[in-house]
Amino acid sequence: MATNAIAIPASSGLSLGYYANIFRKEVQYEFVKMLRTKAFSLSVIGFPVMFYLLVGTSNRHNMFARYVMPSYSCMGVVSACLFGIGMGIAMERAYGWLELKQASPMPRLAYLGAKVVTCAAFALIIVAALLTLGITLGGVSLTAVEALKLAGVILAGSIPFTAMGLLVALLVPPNAGPGVINLIYLPMSFASGFWMPVTYLPHWLKVITPALPTYHLAQIALHIFGYAEPGCRLLPHWEALAGFTLLMVGAAWIIFTRSEAKA
Amino acid sequence: MSATAVITATGPAAWPVPLSQTRTVAKLNSVTKRYGQITALDNFSLELCAGEVVALLGPNGAGKTTAVRLLLGLISPNAGSVRVLGRDPRDAKARTRIGAMLQVARVPEMLRVRECIDLFRSYYPHPLPAAEVIRIAKLDGTADQLFGKLSGGQKQRVLFGLALCGNPDLIFLDEPTVGMDIESRRGLWDQVRALSAAGKTILLTTHYLEEADLLANRIVVINKGKLLCEGTSAEIKNRVSGRKIRCITRLDPEFLQSLPTVSEVQQDREAVVITAENPEKVVREMLLRDETLHGLEVSSGGLEDAFLALTQDQPVAGSQ
Repeated sequence: MATNAIAIPASSGLSLGYYANIFRKEVQYEFVKMLRTKAFSLSVIGFPVMFYLLVGTSNRHNMFARYVMPSYSCMGVVSACLFGIGMGIAMERAYGWLELKQASPMPRLAYLGAKVVTCAAFALIIVAALLTLGITLGGVSLTAVEALKLAGVILAGSIPFTAMGLLVALLVPPNAGPGVINLIYLPMSFASGFWMPVTYLPHWLKVITPALPTYHLAQIALHIFGYAEPGCRLLPHWEALAGFTLLMVGAAWIIFTRSEAKA
Repeated sequence: MSATAVITATGPAAWPVPLSQTRTVAKLNSVTKRYGQITALDNFSLELCAGEVVALLGPNGAGKTTAVRLLLGLISPNAGSVRVLGRDPRDAKARTRIGAMLQVARVPEMLRVRECIDLFRSYYPHPLPAAEVIRIAKLDGTADQLFGKLSGGQKQRVLFGLALCGNPDLIFLDEPTVGMDIESRRGLWDQVRALSAAGKTILLTTHYLEEADLLANRIVVINKGKLLCEGTSAEIKNRVSGRKIRCITRLDPEFLQSLPTVSEVQQDREAVVITAENPEKVVREMLLRDETLHGLEVSSGGLEDAFLALTQDQPVAGSQ
């Protein structure tokens, strides 16, 4: 006797393999999606590369070619996180796509984790591109250890700026997004010594500099190559970044729960 | 020689036969939801039983989307409780047996249809095969296209496919046929009927009253967060506007007005239109008294009239 009356399988425990599979697919498709979004991928990778080709290669005879390698890498990770997570989540939230995913069994952490991993991947691509350009066109010499340290610092740097991206996603309306983000991060980058060492900046700008997370990340990255400020100790910079991360996460949490209560 | 009886499921292949017909699948228990000063739902209750198709009708701002969001666990009520499949709707295990088609303004343009289906399938422990999802949502031929290149109707079909890809027992469809052409709309209606025949429970919100009329076992009319009226399509039409008798007769309008259950008598060119709650009684009386009566039509008021009457704050007999 054969029938097609199958009882619904009792809801089986959701295994680790199930979660791992979801995470893997989220990361895969998030990466593919961001790569295909030319507005994102070309600008996030393109700007640091372009700036290096302009500034770095024309300065091969002095320290700048080596200086801008870590600093433009920082620029890359900041823009990748702000645009990838900030704009990405803001848009998906505004268009109702995020709500559809939330209504599904997708674990929240898989969504966020996939975005973080993708932005970090883009940051690493930028680092690799800059290192390559530096060695080939910039006449820069560096050791493998320095390259690996830079990659590690950039990866760690994606965390505070992911947190900032979350806050941006909650605050900025999607239409105004790219404009607002550029207005925030470009001056921030300049004031943090991405283009030239902080000592060369005008005095009134130097006052703000220690408050900027980009400054702290840049100092850690530059320290690898010996271009940090004289007397620089790393721990305070890491602490500043950690504090900034907590501040961003806290603010995002408050805004999020308040908006949930209203909407 | 014995014959082995093989019962094959009709409609979508291999839908498992789920819960018994009388079991409550989802329940909003006297929920109240406020957004600041606005009360979106006020002591609202709704129950979905296994296998039924329920249409939630109401004007904009009535609270339909809030009700759906509560059932999906996207928001929590200020008062009352929500149970879905016996659990809190925010429980991931409940979500694995639910599918939702929400109003999405824009979908990620840089993903292919096939990739999106693959991604959503991974969320569920027992999803349908990808080819099956594509077949049901009638996406053959568009499976490799980028979302951004799809027409409005195709996007709706993809969203429908995503709602079904986990082989859910309970499905929420929020304005599912907006932007679809007639063929796609009918195709989706056929699919909804097939799903219902397979025992799935469906909650549908729609502005197209024809859709509610054709698909729903039960219609729930809501306005300003309160339940107005509930029943089958015929019950609602009947309760609100009765049925209309149209015929050519020599009987006097005053006399007709005096017949039992008649609420209104109007002249329509050469014929008279009588609105009555129980037209059979009226017709019986009329036929006895007038042998020349001809051109007889008995029809129910449109669901649209009933809906407008209900939601324009007119007193309705029998509503709770």
